[in-house]
Amino acid sequence: MIRFAGVTFHYPDAPAPALRDIDLSVEEGELCLVTGRTGVGKSTLLNAVNGLVPRFTGGHLRGRVSVAGQSTADRPPQEFAHLVGVVGQDPLAGFVTDTVEEELAYGMEQLGVPADVMRKRVEETLDLLGIAELRHRPLRTLSGGQQQRVAIGAVLTPHPRVLVLDEPTSALDPAAAEEVLAAVTRLVHDLGTTVLVAEHRMERVLQYADRLVHLPGDGRVLHGEPAALVADSDVAPPVVRLGRAAGWDPLPLSVRDARRRAAPLRRRLAGRVPGTPPARDTAAPALRARDVVVAYGRTVAVREVDLDLLPGEVVALMGRNGSGKSSLLWAVQGSGPRRSGTVDADGADPRDMDAAGARERVGLVPQTASDLLYLDTVAAECAQSDAESGAAPGTCRALLDRIAPGVPGGRHPRDLSEGQRLSLVLAVQLTAAPGVVLLDEPTRGLDYHAKERFSRVVRELAGEGRAVVVATHDVEFVARAADRVVVMAQGEVVADGPTAEVVVASPTFAPQVAKVLAPDPWLTVEQVESALAPEEQRT
Amino acid sequence: MRNPATARTLPRALHPGAWWLWALGLAAAVSQSSNPLIAVLAVCAAGTVVARRRTDAPWALAFRLYLLVGVLIIVSRVVFRVIFGGGQGDIVLFTLPRIPLPETAGGIRLLGPVALEQLLGGLYDGLRLAAVVACVGAANALADPKRLLKSVPGALYEVGTSVVVAMTVAPQLVESVRRVRRARRLRAGRRRGVRALRGIVIPVLEDALDRSLALAAAMASHGYGRVGAVAPRTRLFTGLLVIGGLIGVCVGLYGLMDSSTSPHMGTWGIAVGLALATAGFVLGGRRVRRTRYRPAAWRGAEFLTAGAGAAAVVFMQLASRYEAAALYPSLNPLAWPELTLLPFLALVAAASPAWLTPPPLSVLDPDRALRPLVGEPERVRPVRPVRRTAEPNPEDT
Repeated sequence: MIRFAGVTFHYPDAPAPALRDIDLSVEEGELCLVTGRTGVGKSTLLNAVNGLVPRFTGGHLRGRVSVAGQSTADRPPQEFAHLVGVVGQDPLAGFVTDTVEEELAYGMEQLGVPADVMRKRVEETLDLLGIAELRHRPLRTLSGGQQQRVAIGAVLTPHPRVLVLDEPTSALDPAAAEEVLAAVTRLVHDLGTTVLVAEHRMERVLQYADRLVHLPGDGRVLHGEPAALVADSDVAPPVVRLGRAAGWDPLPLSVRDARRRAAPLRRRLAGRVPGTPPARDTAAPALRARDVVVAYGRTVAVREVDLDLLPGEVVALMGRNGSGKSSLLWAVQGSGPRRSGTVDADGADPRDMDAAGARERVGLVPQTASDLLYLDTVAAECAQSDAESGAAPGTCRALLDRIAPGVPGGRHPRDLSEGQRLSLVLAVQLTAAPGVVLLDEPTRGLDYHAKERFSRVVRELAGEGRAVVVATHDVEFVARAADRVVVMAQGEVVADGPTAEVVVASPTFAPQVAKVLAPDPWLTVEQVESALAPEEQRT
Repeated sequence: MRNPATARTLPRALHPGAWWLWALGLAAAVSQSSNPLIAVLAVCAAGTVVARRRTDAPWALAFRLYLLVGVLIIVSRVVFRVIFGGGQGDIVLFTLPRIPLPETAGGIRLLGPVALEQLLGGLYDGLRLAAVVACVGAANALADPKRLLKSVPGALYEVGTSVVVAMTVAPQLVESVRRVRRARRLRAGRRRGVRALRGIVIPVLEDALDRSLALAAAMASHGYGRVGAVAPRTRLFTGLLVIGGLIGVCVGLYGLMDSSTSPHMGTWGIAVGLALATAGFVLGGRRVRRTRYRPAAWRGAEFLTAGAGAAAVVFMQLASRYEAAALYPSLNPLAWPELTLLPFLALVAAASPAWLTPPPLSVLDPDRALRPLVGEPERVRPVRPVRRTAEPNPEDT
């Protein structure tokens, strides 16, 4: 169906090719998962399928990419619309019209599908993706999961034979991600659509994949059976790593596989407990928020929420898209709207202080972190940050080097990788030395390695006695980094407690290891590994 | 056969073109008279139609805004007449201190005596303009501007899509600016002044640029701009025909509206322009292999609506021939404005779509519209028999 023959692709001015001598063929009806670290060329590979690379990006492509026998060299991407449906990373940026129904019909209008067929297919697609009740809604008012499903529906209506999805679940909460993936697997099973999907959080997709395409980072591509390939891959979901630690062969790819084989492991772990984090003296909280209410018109985003943040504690803030997490963080920081309630950070309410004062108490890294950056180079941003915070010159740079060593000072912030840019913004915000650090969705777009490094950074910040709040959908990150989990729904706090307690009981928020080893309170592969290690030494 | 009565009353959205033709007809009719009665009644007619036939979509609230603009126009016209009045008229209401100007200012006079005729002249003028503005507002409130763009002929499809995209960009930019300004406070950066501009403009522009590239790629992979096999020469030819034709139509309309030009310019301009444009659309439409999802239908109600606008123009044209005096009420000597038969018929025609067209669809939540039918009787029923048996209600019998 899709064939790459001897493909090498060079971005203009890039020292090395992004893709090198790729020979790959994806057969009809396969679900093919593309993995690899950030910036290894996953998006390049995906967009080459219908010719957006190189026609929209520039660069030089050698070799031949063909879909159903048609080469992308001969025709522009427009002429592949009936064969290939492409959904980008940000669905909202790709919407052409402004209501759900029109967006679904747009592709068919371009292809000249007769009106009665269009009507029928729109109805079918609405049902297939479970979005029939949204049909007249403006696209901008939908939640992230709904937008993603509409974006998939919009490329499905012309009945393409290939579906290309770039990070379809990266912005979604676990439940919405499940919905989207369920829809995709249904397409593969019911319609025989060939699906090419890139995903950082492999744990979500790996179990459905027929084939794994792994980009190790040097421009090459490895492909094959998921179970075989994942055995020695540098990126692997927790369930695979748990299988490696327990010495299972073949490796489990899904929670179900692992669960069926986990009984002996559970017996081996019986009687042990995961190393619990040291009990903290419940001294004065670093921040105390009472009855915080945020409302936009008649929509109540946050409803009378109380929140205490202890110094040295990492709190994960979880909940659906639109459950009020961001609104709460902004209100607590003092820069966002707050209708009523009090916040006490080190004896003062940050809302009543000027921006510089609020920043010295509570630092916030917003969801679109790049909004904070506006200068030409990393060095200039650091210098500006020192000046803004009245810190000694070099403070920001020193912080940056500690969080992410080796970020070149002369680089433009936009040319940094996602993880480096996040580190830069975090360093800029830490320059003011706030006692409370709030991070809104920092793990979006980070691969396993970047996430691991970032969770160490978060732990270090807490180790220095700061209170850290991370709003995130990433349950694996929460399992590794957070001491306490606060779950929000419809603007209210519905659960608040130690990570193990909150997370193990929940079907949506439980990490894979917890699902495999429940009811025992194991959360991460590291915990299991360290519990097994002494046993192996003894035998 | 479709039952005509049901077809007319079944709620549906009318073709946006029909609303625009109706509104433009009413505007053309109003602009032919300075009679304040006609202007006020025309606004009432437009308002009635809007009130009865607008949907609950966001753009439907636009009418109020246009009325406000109309009021502003009237006020500014009257104030203008007071300041630069020139003092014509016999019935002086009050006298303001006159500001002397040097000889070189010629006939201009500032303030001075204010006459009733002068005020009324401003008022009549303002009312006429405000009525025209209200007509445009009515069209905007009744017709989804985007659906109108979707109904442009196939040859103009690409232009229509670009305009739709441009219309969505503006609110996105505003949103971007708000987001970045809010983020500036997090860095304790300046939020005002020239130096802050850089911190706001650069992230917003980068954002907009990224987004437009993503949109262009998305549109291309959706198949926007598929050309198929059309010779570039044919495309150039059809393009010239269409644009030439549209210019012809504009010249013709100008000729019709402006009484000082020759009437032939109007009729011939429109005829030739329409012919050229139609030829272009037909030729251009032939090469387009594109279809429309749920195209807006043009049925009886659309003919009635557009016809109502046309009738308003015809009645006013007749009035200007046979009852010209009533269209321009005399200010000197001062006389009460009168409403004669033909303008009255024009206004009745203009208001008729309020009853002749099908009621609008509820856009926002079709389920909510059904709820009173489904949910409430069950809740109410158990209560009634109890109350009736306990104490018979005299009103029930």
